Amino acid sequence: MELTGAQILLESLRREDVEVVFGFPGGAVIDIYDQLPNYPLLQHVLARHEQGAIHAADGYARATGRVGVCLVTSGPGATNAVTGIATAYMDSVPVVIITGQVPTPLIGNDAFQEVDIVGITRPCTKHNFLVKDVRDLPKVIKEAFYLAATGRPGPVLIDLPKDVQQAKCVYNYPKQIKMRSYNPTYAPNPKQVAKVADVVRKAKKPIIYAGGGVIASNASEDLTWLARTFNIPVTATLMALGCFPADDPLWLGMLGMHGTYAANMAISGADLILAVGSRFDDRVTGKLSEFAKNAKIVHIDIDPTSIQKNVAAGIPVVADCKSFLMALRQTLEADVSDASAAPVRDTPWLARLASWKEEKPLAYEQGTDVIKPQYVVEIISRLTKGEAIITTEVGQHQMWAAQFYQFTKPRSFISSGGLGTMGFGFPAAIGAQVAFPDRLVIDVAGDGSIQMCIQELATAVCYGLPVKIVILNNGYLGMVRQWQELFYAKNYCSTCLDVAPDFVKLAEAYGAAGFRVSDPGQVESVLTEAFALPKTVIVDVVVDREENVAPMVPAGKSITEMILV
Amino acid sequence: MRHILSILVEDEPGVLSRVAGLFSGRGYNIETLNVAPTLTEGLSMMTITTEGDEAIVEQIIKQLRKLVTTLKVVDLTDVKSVEREMMLLRVDAEGAKRAEVLRIVDIFRCKVVDVSLDELILEVTGTQDKLGALINLLQRFGIKEIARTGAVAMRRGMQE
Repeated sequence: MELTGAQILLESLRREDVEVVFGFPGGAVIDIYDQLPNYPLLQHVLARHEQGAIHAADGYARATGRVGVCLVTSGPGATNAVTGIATAYMDSVPVVIITGQVPTPLIGNDAFQEVDIVGITRPCTKHNFLVKDVRDLPKVIKEAFYLAATGRPGPVLIDLPKDVQQAKCVYNYPKQIKMRSYNPTYAPNPKQVAKVADVVRKAKKPIIYAGGGVIASNASEDLTWLARTFNIPVTATLMALGCFPADDPLWLGMLGMHGTYAANMAISGADLILAVGSRFDDRVTGKLSEFAKNAKIVHIDIDPTSIQKNVAAGIPVVADCKSFLMALRQTLEADVSDASAAPVRDTPWLARLASWKEEKPLAYEQGTDVIKPQYVVEIISRLTKGEAIITTEVGQHQMWAAQFYQFTKPRSFISSGGLGTMGFGFPAAIGAQVAFPDRLVIDVAGDGSIQMCIQELATAVCYGLPVKIVILNNGYLGMVRQWQELFYAKNYCSTCLDVAPDFVKLAEAYGAAGFRVSDPGQVESVLTEAFALPKTVIVDVVVDREENVAPMVPAGKSITEMILV
Repeated sequence: MRHILSILVEDEPGVLSRVAGLFSGRGYNIETLNVAPTLTEGLSMMTITTEGDEAIVEQIIKQLRKLVTTLKVVDLTDVKSVEREMMLLRVDAEGAKRAEVLRIVDIFRCKVVDVSLDELILEVTGTQDKLGALINLLQRFGIKEIARTGAVAMRRGMQE
């Protein structure tokens, strides 16, 4: 049977078990939208801006582990999505983006709404395609989904000219795909695993440094087994929060620029670092020459380019985190089954970590006048028992959410790590809520960031998505203000947001509910009420204007040189 | 240190800009670049020469391998290999100069591929050093134009 390109696309999405498409129509994708009503099993969520659509697809992917799908038109539709594509790329999130393109005869003619999106997104996609012949389309879609989800996941873009959407051909969807030039390594080299097992047995002061790869490969359980069985303390990057339960005594908290004292000191004092699915980002390592000088570093990553990029790994392992941890478990389980041989960890090391945690915890003082932002996050954590899906925008509130929320499950913290994209959290929350209509999804936001994709309130209200936005409102672009205070002689240039919307009225204008709270005594009751409302809610929390995120490692300093206040 | 990379890629639109963009986007420099089809249909071979310390070149190679369209990357610097480049030169050869230019052509085993009243076009192949030496020698006669292919290279058969 012959189908048009548009029909082939939608039929193929169904065969890839896609349930939701986040998108925004336009001239170059009308043919696809024209066919949408014929595919009732494919839910379309209409965003109000393409950036919202792509972040929502990204949030959906992070919350579920499935491939998120985004559909936008050519030219400005495609360029509006670029920030979201780069966001997904930096955090290795599987997303397939379909962009409309002007008809093939017009490509390169500066036609209306034409842009070379394949060229523009080449550096920020895992791969991209321009489909010039409808007969190539089924194979391209199959490859796009395969590429997005396998190996180190990432965004894949398909640029689809209008005439290709209209052209017809006989439809055959490939069952399997084999690409001679793409073969990611999943299983670890057994010799390397044996080496790792050996150093794990011998280490006196080991630490696990978990990264987003643990979440991406669904390896939390195996990681938790390893840590608990061998008494290895765990720290994690922003991307990996939730991979290990925050209420476990072995949990040290996040490490790096805004990491805990215990985590940063532990990394610096360890004799063995098991870096699992992390990439030694500069926000984590601080000054590289001072990073973990005394440690043997075992680095596990599915992407060979991550290994040896920033730090020299004593034992490099190219593998999927889960496959690696399972292989390590098999090797080590032999030890454990023999009770007398079960490894006993050098307890002074654990005792020192415990004392660091106790002496220099994450702290703030909540008085009776002004609300401390950290207090708000702690209340949210307590009210939700660590079981909500938390998304964030980018800035101080993001760090407070990362520090003070007690994450208990993987895929419950969704935040733009690598690119640091303001405006990410709310649309991502929409994506997560679409995936999990019954779960509590909360966007912890700043008053600056929330205004970057605020138009998506219409989307949330339109689809009845009960996303909660909690704005930690300090009237500043707080993180930049903090840098200005500490490193730029308090020159608060362009960071004060004096003119701001009334967020309560704004919520109401969109048909959502709005609350404002400025009394510390009422935070809990207002949040309780807001979380119970089955609709989109903004809670505008007026917080201490000049509260800073601490600890803080100044850029370029060693991670032990923390500003603690 | 100078490295010669031999890169086998899928021959499809945009593959060159994927490779070149990887270099420019990461602040690496390409010295020479050569692309042409291979014996296998649908595959092209690129030869790229680049400068960088070991860590940078290791990153370049890994990043090249990571591209979905790349099948194989070999650093020929590490193995015994043959390297050649072809160059065309338009050189002044008026009157008395001509005989001397032709003598150099002989010594360097160049070919004269175009003759006019006052100039010659020469074709020469060889290593980067040889081409450099020829340019030096001919400079005093007046080189008007050169066109070079950039290096192509191949691993030698007998390896230890």
